[in-house]
Amino acid sequence: MEQLLYGGAGVILFALGLWAFLVYEPLLRKLIALNIMGSGVFHLLIAIAERGELPPDPVPHALVLTGIVVAVSATALALAMGRRLEDDSGGR
Amino acid sequence: MDASLALAVSVPLIGGLLATALPKRAQGLGLLASVATVLVVGWVMAGVWQQGSLHAELGGWAAPLGIALAADGLSAALLGMAALVALGVGIYASGYFRSADADRHFWPLWLLLWAALNGLLLAADLFNIYVTLELLGLTAAALGALTGTVDAVRANLRYLLVGLLGSMTYLLGVALVYTSYGTLDLGLLSNALEPGPVAATALVLMTAGLALKAALFPLHFWLPPAHANAPAPVSAALSALVVKAAFYLILRLWLDVFAPVVTPSAAGLMGMLGALAVIWGSWRALRAERLKLLAAYSTVAQIGYLCLFLPLLQALPPGAERDDLFVALVLMALTHGLAKAGLFLAAGLVQRSAGHDRIDDLGGTAQHMPATTFTIALAGTALIGLPPSGSFVGKWILMTSALESGQWWWILVIAIGTLLAAAYVFRVLSRAFNLEPTPRSFVTQARTEVPALLLALTSVAVLGLAADPLWRLLGAGGGA
Repeated sequence: MEQLLYGGAGVILFALGLWAFLVYEPLLRKLIALNIMGSGVFHLLIAIAERGELPPDPVPHALVLTGIVVAVSATALALAMGRRLEDDSGGR
Repeated sequence: MDASLALAVSVPLIGGLLATALPKRAQGLGLLASVATVLVVGWVMAGVWQQGSLHAELGGWAAPLGIALAADGLSAALLGMAALVALGVGIYASGYFRSADADRHFWPLWLLLWAALNGLLLAADLFNIYVTLELLGLTAAALGALTGTVDAVRANLRYLLVGLLGSMTYLLGVALVYTSYGTLDLGLLSNALEPGPVAATALVLMTAGLALKAALFPLHFWLPPAHANAPAPVSAALSALVVKAAFYLILRLWLDVFAPVVTPSAAGLMGMLGALAVIWGSWRALRAERLKLLAAYSTVAQIGYLCLFLPLLQALPPGAERDDLFVALVLMALTHGLAKAGLFLAAGLVQRSAGHDRIDDLGGTAQHMPATTFTIALAGTALIGLPPSGSFVGKWILMTSALESGQWWWILVIAIGTLLAAAYVFRVLSRAFNLEPTPRSFVTQARTEVPALLLALTSVAVLGLAADPLWRLLGAGGGA
């Protein structure tokens, strides 16, 4: 039941993020939306790692860690490019 | 023997790190790493040729816990194409960038992109595919924005965001797969998979994410500006390799891992999107005002052709005919990769020499560079699918199979696409040949012109007239 709650919340987060990504124009909002989508997937992965009495499955945890690293680097690159655009258009 | 797989990923990666650490020697190190990577890829291909498929477990950890690399005929063929294109692009880039700064930034990113691409083609589990896919998207967007102009940065920022959306969707699919099957290894998964709502949802999510990255119609909107604004060597690699990598994954999932889930109507839908891509992409290429934009829209159309194979592969029973069709699909992908790389490199030379790439004003410019014009013509031959190019053989088998499986309507699409392709290629060529006297020397700048020419020539001559070994390479792979 708890697993379903966490997993379901993850899927809802993903959907909310997707909606915000598609609807809002500004770069920052799009990036936050993408990160929320990512958090939704990580939520789901952490939820499925639960195995009752047994210790939790380590594989999804490793996936989430890798996913976070990827998401941080992607966000950084997008921010750097957005900054560049802003500087260029502000300089004129 | 299995060390070759790990080396195919690590050699370009180490080269990229060295090029970052020693920026003054970036170009020399980059070229050295390129040659080394080509040799390693040759080693992998030789291994697949002899043994059918290769498998390596990194650090001795077996699946499901460890990370495995695997190569079969399909991945070996694409690895080989990528190596050829990448070598050509590398040599071209060493003569292309005028500012030392651009050159210094190009090599680390470029080698990282190559490492990610090799990793993607060799990855044997869904999650490593995600990681390499992200790496590929990040490096591709950074490389595309290398010129630093506002247009290039804006187009590639959009490409980056779209790519991230694609990989997030893919990752959700991966999470669903893990939820119900508890494994991500492609081999274990294809044994365990059963048709059902979860598997179907996962396939839809992953395919949607990958289609976004492969620029499959109607998700192609980001491609033309991103590819047309990147520096020439980068657009060549983006169009020939990066888009193809996402399509390779679609192929892998649909024909290999998720084959039991795929229904005729799903495959038909992919074919339908492919048909729309062929017509829309070719039409926009015909209407394009700039040479690089033309090449970018033609990529949209070519991805469409590759999707036309899916409903036919689904309809044909396993056997010699289906194998032929599958090889034809790979042949089309390889031919397009080489031809489009050659075309983009040549377009970059035209743009540099003329200062612009507006097709209507190209006139004498193209005629000053006979080798480049010849490259455009050769690449055009392959894009249209004229004999003896590889895509002639590919389209021939595609049409035969369409007739044999009773899905004749695809032939109409192929005919329309081919006619439009002929129109857009001849539109460029007719501008290139006008009354100016032709210069005496065929090649004007060997370092940049020759790689472009060789890539286009390979797509026409080698893949068309000597495509036989591909049958053996893929037949030996067994696989899909």
